[in-house]
Amino acid sequence: MREIHVNEIVSAVEKLFVDANYNLSQNVFDMLNKAAEKEDSPVGKEVIKELIANANLASEEQIPICQDTGLAVTFIEIGQDVYITGGLLTDAITEGVRRGYKNGYLRKSCCHPFTRKNTGDNTPPIVHTKIVYGDQIKIVALPKGGGSENYGEVRMLVPSQGKDGVKSFVLDMINKGGPNPCPPIIVGVGIGGNFETSALLSKEALMIPLGERNEDPDIAALELELLDEINKTGIGPQGYGGTVTALDVHVKMLPCHIASFPVAVNIQCHAHRIKEIII
Amino acid sequence: MEIKRITTPLEDNVIEGLRAGEKVFLSGYIFTARDAAHKRFVDALENGEALPLDIKGQVIYYCGPSPAPPGRVIGACGPTTSSRMDAYSPKMLSLGLKGMIGKGKRTQAVKDAMKIHKAVYFGATGGAGALLSKSVISSETIAYEELGPEAVVKLEVKDMPLFVINDIYGNDLYEEGKQRYKK
Repeated sequence: MREIHVNEIVSAVEKLFVDANYNLSQNVFDMLNKAAEKEDSPVGKEVIKELIANANLASEEQIPICQDTGLAVTFIEIGQDVYITGGLLTDAITEGVRRGYKNGYLRKSCCHPFTRKNTGDNTPPIVHTKIVYGDQIKIVALPKGGGSENYGEVRMLVPSQGKDGVKSFVLDMINKGGPNPCPPIIVGVGIGGNFETSALLSKEALMIPLGERNEDPDIAALELELLDEINKTGIGPQGYGGTVTALDVHVKMLPCHIASFPVAVNIQCHAHRIKEIII
Repeated sequence: MEIKRITTPLEDNVIEGLRAGEKVFLSGYIFTARDAAHKRFVDALENGEALPLDIKGQVIYYCGPSPAPPGRVIGACGPTTSSRMDAYSPKMLSLGLKGMIGKGKRTQAVKDAMKIHKAVYFGATGGAGALLSKSVISSETIAYEELGPEAVVKLEVKDMPLFVINDIYGNDLYEEGKQRYKK
């Protein structure tokens, strides 16, 4: 049993959200550079160059990459040999988010669904926890903007629709979003589980490093087919037309009910901000 | 790419010269307003009250900036998705609004109103909030401060990089660009 005090979690969460919002990860940066080479459209190339200049500037001057610094999506893996002291885990994450968004000058984008009154401190965060082996805590910060999140959906497909059903659903979402979710986008697809699990899988798929392929060769092939078809839509960077509409597509899959075929699509913008720490 | 330099308030002869797909550098004063501010504009008009700004000839930027850190004029300030303002835009255009800056597609009703009232829709690069902040020389909250990031802010910009999405001739960069690269 290892004791971890909540103060350590508060401070880690505060730093992670600021870091994620200021410093684009090398993985995404490399992918943007590749996209600039691959893009055929001159306007598209110009846009990607702006995105690279933007990421450099944000990091040099320590300001947010995008003004939409997102809802504070947090994935926590807690080793079952960890004993948290000094308070409640979710309170610690909330406090870390509160401090990070205040001290890091990040935008508070959380409001009441009906009155639209801002909660003022970007809380509550979205917290997903998982119990794992070990005596450590892994925290992943995934600040998620509204523009891309708005083009996500869960559909309960019919089992007979198979892979083609998944493909037409994904393409439907990409065409529906067009320029709105800030392409070049990253696409997370969750297949199987049940209604809510498919949605969570699609979000988890966004956390897979760009360029990595699923270990199941069939799923890896599906990822590449989807990427190819999305890039053939012509939407391009910012929707101005071009050959790079998506930077990557990741699929996560779990078994599902014999009567069901749940599929979820979650879209991420090019400002894919993700940082993690292990305590 | 060739870049046109234009200045606010936008005159009709300048608007007539703009075509979808062109890159422009915009300078002068512009006003931020997004969801909540637009709702208040329309509520004010319905109640017979004046808007907090005279929008004739002006440009509205669909933007909710992040807070300005000490020593900076503004935080990151890229565009938000314009379609959420589509319900309000025809009214604003009828009052003399000449330009809108945002990202994403507009409805046919907005595009029609742009043709009738001679106005242009510009795209700022979504997610390039740090880069766009370099174009802002000064910023002053002029209305609805209590809305936080949704307040109306008067920005002085210099050489703000934008693309013309919809011009007054019915051209649409999103539709034309997609068709050109579709395989």
